[in-house]
Amino acid sequence: MAQLIQDRAAIVGIGQTAFGKGLPESELSLACQAISAAIDDAGLRPADVDGLAMFSMENGREVEIARNVGLGEITYFGEVGYGGGAGCGAVGHAAMAVVTGQCEVAVAWRARKRADKGSRPWANVAARLGGAPQWSRPFGLLRPVDEIALLARRYMHEYGATRDHLANVALAFRKHANRNPAATMYEKPLTRAQYMNARWISEPLCLFDNCLETDGALAVVITRASRARDLAQPPVLIHSFAQGFGRQHQVMTNYFCDDPLLGPGWACAKRLWANSEIGPRDISCAQLYDAFSPLVPLSLEAYGFCDRGEGGSFTDDGALEWPHGRLPTNTAGGGMSEAYVHGFNLVLEGVRQMRGTSTAQVERASSCLVTSGEGVPTSALVLRRD
Amino acid sequence: MTESGFLLPDLQDPESAPFWEATARGELCLQRCSGCGRLRMPPRPMCPHCRSTANEWPAVSGRGRIWSFAVVHPPLLPAYAEFAPYPVVVVELDEDPGLRLVGNLVATPEGPINGVDPATIHIGTPVRVVFARVGDVSLPRWMSAAAAD
Ligand SMILES: [Zn+2]
Repeated sequence: MAQLIQDRAAIVGIGQTAFGKGLPESELSLACQAISAAIDDAGLRPADVDGLAMFSMENGREVEIARNVGLGEITYFGEVGYGGGAGCGAVGHAAMAVVTGQCEVAVAWRARKRADKGSRPWANVAARLGGAPQWSRPFGLLRPVDEIALLARRYMHEYGATRDHLANVALAFRKHANRNPAATMYEKPLTRAQYMNARWISEPLCLFDNCLETDGALAVVITRASRARDLAQPPVLIHSFAQGFGRQHQVMTNYFCDDPLLGPGWACAKRLWANSEIGPRDISCAQLYDAFSPLVPLSLEAYGFCDRGEGGSFTDDGALEWPHGRLPTNTAGGGMSEAYVHGFNLVLEGVRQMRGTSTAQVERASSCLVTSGEGVPTSALVLRRD
Repeated sequence: MTESGFLLPDLQDPESAPFWEATARGELCLQRCSGCGRLRMPPRPMCPHCRSTANEWPAVSGRGRIWSFAVVHPPLLPAYAEFAPYPVVVVELDEDPGLRLVGNLVATPEGPINGVDPATIHIGTPVRVVFARVGDVSLPRWMSAAAAD
């Protein structure tokens, strides 16, 4: 019988910097500040940290983090690829490391400056294209939003999803951000008319179907659940963790397989729920990766909240909205209205919901699903209250 | 208008060179496994069905249907911004609807990538391949089969 993570690891500290555009600090400095705050939040000392799990795309390396924050001897370090797909993966790798005794206390984080060229690999104008990009970029399919727009149009055509469904997503997350003083869109309400009249970016997607562009950093501290119970904060248990991508998957331009609308979340969800004692019906709230609004209905289907093709209509009647919706989602505003830090802010909001400290706190919330980038090799977590 | 700033493939890429050599001849050729005979796109060294590394590059019909499309608006790289908004299509080929290519829809073989009114584009419309020279590359593009035939 396999030893599952199932509640044997816990998130015990969270930390973040302010979100903004053009922050003066380097990505390394932002990372160190967020990690430092998360260690303080846990009631631990930097010397207690002996594990590091990060995004492959991170600019600050492990040794630099350790030298700056004054960490102890490091006995586990690892990284997860594929940009926005990596967030829950980094947390999950840290959880695996503490549960298997490779380290005692691990940190996972993401620091990002959108102005930094390295943060936007697709903006890199190489002389000539090799590999996958040669099959799409020459034709002017240049940005991630264009790549997702093609899937969104097909999804709307096959299942009758509409712009109103996508607006449901954007408006719900904006309402939540309007309650969250840390959110970029805290003081900026959004109406359905504003959504419908917004300029196109890549039809059928408009400005408000896109995530924000944010500088900032966030970090979490993970240790064994048994140790977590002696620390400063109520432990948030990592109940289940999975990564995944499907057969014949191609990153972002996933048009070259039998069923392009079956995204990586489907493979990830299978493992996630197989390793979980609870299922989608038991989930109190969700933090779903939302670089683009259509990823939300696609994720609702992949993670089993509704049948295939019903992700659009699931969003009707305020289903994603706090406090009365059947699945309050992205309760801090998500990537579209809080901050876009490659989805890592979704992990921290999941922790706040389990601690009872969200600015859109779901009453008696006992479990939360957090997902990372749909459209790229992905990852997900089921978090639980202790 | 100029297409000189377009992003173009590396013609030295060994996996894809036969594709671009074929477009230069005015042919749409896809990689086919010599082991099991299945066509595959994009090209790659090993067949996922039979693991053969032997392959050939037969010409295909160049006919298909629009599987999806997007209409791309700025902000964009300058060379593409000149043509915005322009549609980008995914075409599924008649040989096998699982074989798809991304491309542009044009009104005439050498016409600009913004030459078709997006309001007239529909999923399912039959299309036919044409070729347009951009720099040293011949790019496959698509015309409505009704207009092209
Ligand atoms: Zn074969």
